[in-house]
Amino acid sequence: MGHFAKIYGAGPLHLLSGVASLVVAAYAVVKIRELGAAGNVAIWFVGLIIVHDLLLLPLYSLVQAIAVRLARVDAVRALPNAPPPPRVLLTNHLRIPVFVSALLFLLFFPSILQRNDGYIGASGLAADVYLERWLALTAALFLLSGMLYAIRLGRSNAAYRAAGS
Amino acid sequence: METTGRGDDAAADRPAGALMIPERGPFDRGFWRSPLRGPWLASLISAALLPLILITALTGFFSHVAYETELTGNAIGGSDGFLAPVYRVLDWPTGWAWLYAVNQGLHIVAGFAAVPLLLAKLWAVIPKLWERPAVRSVAHAVERLSLLLLVGGALFVFVTGIFNIQIYYPWKFSFVPSHYYASFIFLGALAFHIAIKLGVMRTAFRENGVLRPLRRDLAETVAEAPSASESVATNPKPATVSRRGFVAVVGGTSVGLTVMMAGQVIGGPLRNLGVLAPRGRQYGSGPNDFQINKTATSAGVTATDAGPGWVLRVTAGDREEILTRDELLVMKQATHKLPIACVEGWTTTQTWTGVPLAALARLVGAENADELTVESLQESGSFRDASLSADQFGNSRALLALKVNGVDLSLDHGFPARVIVPALPGVHNTKWVATMTFRST
Repeated sequence: MGHFAKIYGAGPLHLLSGVASLVVAAYAVVKIRELGAAGNVAIWFVGLIIVHDLLLLPLYSLVQAIAVRLARVDAVRALPNAPPPPRVLLTNHLRIPVFVSALLFLLFFPSILQRNDGYIGASGLAADVYLERWLALTAALFLLSGMLYAIRLGRSNAAYRAAGS
Repeated sequence: METTGRGDDAAADRPAGALMIPERGPFDRGFWRSPLRGPWLASLISAALLPLILITALTGFFSHVAYETELTGNAIGGSDGFLAPVYRVLDWPTGWAWLYAVNQGLHIVAGFAAVPLLLAKLWAVIPKLWERPAVRSVAHAVERLSLLLLVGGALFVFVTGIFNIQIYYPWKFSFVPSHYYASFIFLGALAFHIAIKLGVMRTAFRENGVLRPLRRDLAETVAEAPSASESVATNPKPATVSRRGFVAVVGGTSVGLTVMMAGQVIGGPLRNLGVLAPRGRQYGSGPNDFQINKTATSAGVTATDAGPGWVLRVTAGDREEILTRDELLVMKQATHKLPIACVEGWTTTQTWTGVPLAALARLVGAENADELTVESLQESGSFRDASLSADQFGNSRALLALKVNGVDLSLDHGFPARVIVPALPGVHNTKWVATMTFRST
């Protein structure tokens, strides 16, 4: 076992279970090849990793970094001759509705952008309602988040002024 | 078994020949600065994600069982290979009419609920994609190869499933078998991942408590110990959200998606909750105003095809009966309230009236037949025919429906006649029925 671990880098059970999972994957590849569009499956398989890891994640990390910068405001006005007011961060009130709305778009963009060509034939319904539904949901998210921010700000302001006077 | 995934600074600095990567950009551990990332957060998300993935995996497998791929023409993705005997033995029951609706409802609801957790999990562990050296040992190479299959498999099954229910097919492969076999790759890699990472989860929960970090507010939110994993920032920025805030947003989004998708599963007035769900829409208040799958126009079936010239051809061996719609209407009718559930995770429950399939079997002396193949007027396309097992066509509530909610079926719902069988996958309830062939094997 000690000798094996030195060469392999882990115990024999690690190797066995690793190989077993690769054998399952190999079987799936054989079956997918029988279907005749294996190349396209491979492109999507690898393409989705690239899109998520190298495009989507860096992109939303950048968006949230910008949101953190933008939101760095002291919304409660400081009283003269008093310690600075506690901060009520706008950051999360800004980026959370952005993220939820973006996630909904990511999940439902074929419907929202009417790329779902088969939808009308499948359902018998017009496909043009989803853009406005998504916009309405987005507006509601921002409204709710803004209201919560206003309430927190008001409370913090009142507490600060009460303590300062 | 966890021997290779831990931060070992001596090992990390060891040159690895051709695999040596400059310590720059994302390859530099100092590049990753969120104080939230670490094994505790990854473990908590995983603990919530795993049950959802198990539900989608099991219900996906059950759905394959429900399609009864061993019957004539029912297989979509070629043979079931070495699993064929398993599927032959497993029969989908007809006793609980709601069974397929619940199965597919769980599949779609758990699948959508898992998406925010999956994205959060990938975010929590992303520094490990860029870890140096890229390969530390053979074991580490096996792990990283398996992670490629795990992440690729997960993204593939989720994206194809989510696009499929919106009837969006931007690829060249066939959805059903590719979704099915990619899940083998995903689940195989997941089983290995769980086996090697269970120790990390146990350690993270033992050291931090399962829920204790959720009690800390923003001011108290600091990074986990850098030695715990490569995913922990060595040079963290101040937190801009607490861990409980992060978990609340991810969990809240997951719950929101659950409600949205549950709307199209449950139907009725709750369908309106499915604001963005493909089947979160009402048709109207008439007896034929309920969810359609595949309109007559898209199937190429015209009112003339389904008009007065229509006859039903029922055969068993060399016995054949030809029936007009009027002749079917004078046979003894039965009425049952039954749900019809689509593989895409939506259901509608209606009151159907028609001739029991068992009565049609008796008409041609096929009470003891093993299977029934029903063909549609639709000339081409998937699901223009489907086969039912003896249990399915023999069920007392299995109908050749002529009416729904007291009136004739509309053309879009399968006029002149359609099949409706308890717990049968929606598309196997063939519409615009032209022929019924009973067979004994």
